[in-house]
Amino acid sequence: MSNNVATRRSWLWFLWTPLNAVQRAWAGVAGVVVFLVCLQVLPLTGAVDPKHTPPLSEVISALVSRLATPQFWEALLNTLTTWGIGLGISVAIGVVAGLLIGGIPVVREFTASTIEFLRPIPSVAFIPLAVLLYGTGRDATLLLIIYAAVWQMLIQVSYGAQDVDPVARDTARSYRFPKGFTLINVVVPTVLPYAVTGFRLSASVALILAITGELIIGTPGLGKLIVIAQESGAVASMYALVLVTGFLGLAVNVIVRMMERRVLHWHASVRREGMK
Amino acid sequence: MTISDSVSVQSPDVLLQVRGLRKTYEVRNDPIEAIRRLTFDIHAGDLVCIVGPSGAGKTTLLRSLAGLLTPSGGSAKLDGEEIVEPPKGMAVVFQEYARSLFPWLTIAQNVALPLKAQGVDRATRAEKTAKALEAVGLADVAKRYPWQLSGGMQQRVALARAVAYEPRILLMDEPFAAVDAQTRADLEDLVRNLWHRLGLTVLFVTHDIDESIYLGQRVLVLSNRPTEILDDIAINLPDERDQLTTRNEPEFARLRAEVYERVQQAKAGRRPGDAA
Repeated sequence: MSNNVATRRSWLWFLWTPLNAVQRAWAGVAGVVVFLVCLQVLPLTGAVDPKHTPPLSEVISALVSRLATPQFWEALLNTLTTWGIGLGISVAIGVVAGLLIGGIPVVREFTASTIEFLRPIPSVAFIPLAVLLYGTGRDATLLLIIYAAVWQMLIQVSYGAQDVDPVARDTARSYRFPKGFTLINVVVPTVLPYAVTGFRLSASVALILAITGELIIGTPGLGKLIVIAQESGAVASMYALVLVTGFLGLAVNVIVRMMERRVLHWHASVRREGMK
Repeated sequence: MTISDSVSVQSPDVLLQVRGLRKTYEVRNDPIEAIRRLTFDIHAGDLVCIVGPSGAGKTTLLRSLAGLLTPSGGSAKLDGEEIVEPPKGMAVVFQEYARSLFPWLTIAQNVALPLKAQGVDRATRAEKTAKALEAVGLADVAKRYPWQLSGGMQQRVALARAVAYEPRILLMDEPFAAVDAQTRADLEDLVRNLWHRLGLTVLFVTHDIDESIYLGQRVLVLSNRPTEILDDIAINLPDERDQLTTRNEPEFARLRAEVYERVQQAKAGRRPGDAA
């Protein structure tokens, strides 16, 4: 009749033991370290061909020498500019259209089917059109970015605008809030959590499409540098640039999450962590 | 005062005048008669409770009086003015306090928002907000958020918001149905207390017979759907009420038995004009 926990404990106990915050942080660090070690060791042992996949140390030294060139910073600035403009336009369109679609039932019914049709079309399918219209300049890539990134924002904002609580609405009406006052003080704060989610998704998608446009269309930026590095056989350099795009994506996510915490401190998704 | 003044208004202190109010919902050409005929007066300074069986159309009635719902016929006038939209000088306290307060605003900001909507200047807003929070005993939580407070405290905030608005009439829609019994007793005393001190006019809708008697000077008993007023019962209890002694008085017991019987008859389908 021994129902003792200790007797059941196998040597793999740590697999199903819940972790505390410190343990979780260490597990995360350990994961990154193991990944980096693999990147270094696998090419050296010949498990992957070092000609196509140079060891991490080479990639890092290529990165360091890249960082010293003005071309790199120019490309980074170009990518960030394209991304920023594209994201800005997408957010503006998404917010306005989302509020209209979410807030006005007639507009919602009028646009729903069309949006459901247009939304799944991959933005990259418009590359030939973009090139025809704008050549290889920034505008061509902006077209791709906006087409891809506008949906996340639009859909989220329109969900948010439909989510205004009926009791909150009645409260606003019974206290005779003017229409614009209700929009700013009731609708916008309700939409905000949705908009922040939409913004995070849009920001990631916009970055992906910015790099894609540079890779395929040849709009100036990091993507174009990657193509040049590949064509000139600078394999380590190519990986170095890929790493940079990875860090860029990470940075975008971290910054948006920090913003989220500030703006939505009152929201259920954030406030639990803040309490104590 | 001229002669025409005294003639035009028969009873000068009638604040809310309801005459033959009807409400029929049209659901796919299938009319549902919610309110058949309601006629009653509320005088300035009254505290009137409306009690009825569940499904008696209490909320429909309250929303019609609040101008949130357009009646199908008859009239409701506040101070002689037909109610067609939420009227000036009326505040509504809803049952769902958590949804009626705005989670992105602090307690003080919540209370001040209707004043801000009216264009009241900052200093006056702050002063009225502080006073109202003081009146409901929540001066010390002004800077906290609604979701950090208990249900009873949240409903106090909603009450403070209504009081700060300085309404001529306060409508309350089963405001304490969702709080525990102990808190409920405290809130009932608070309503009596505010009514006394601030000279409010209160229309209090509830399904709780004891609550209606404890609070009101008058209790209107509603019939089943379609709603009519079955009885208008005067509550001749001493003005100074106390949870323990008032509820133990023989008159309270007698009134409870009377109202209880009327509500039972209402459930059984008695209509006005039938023998009680």
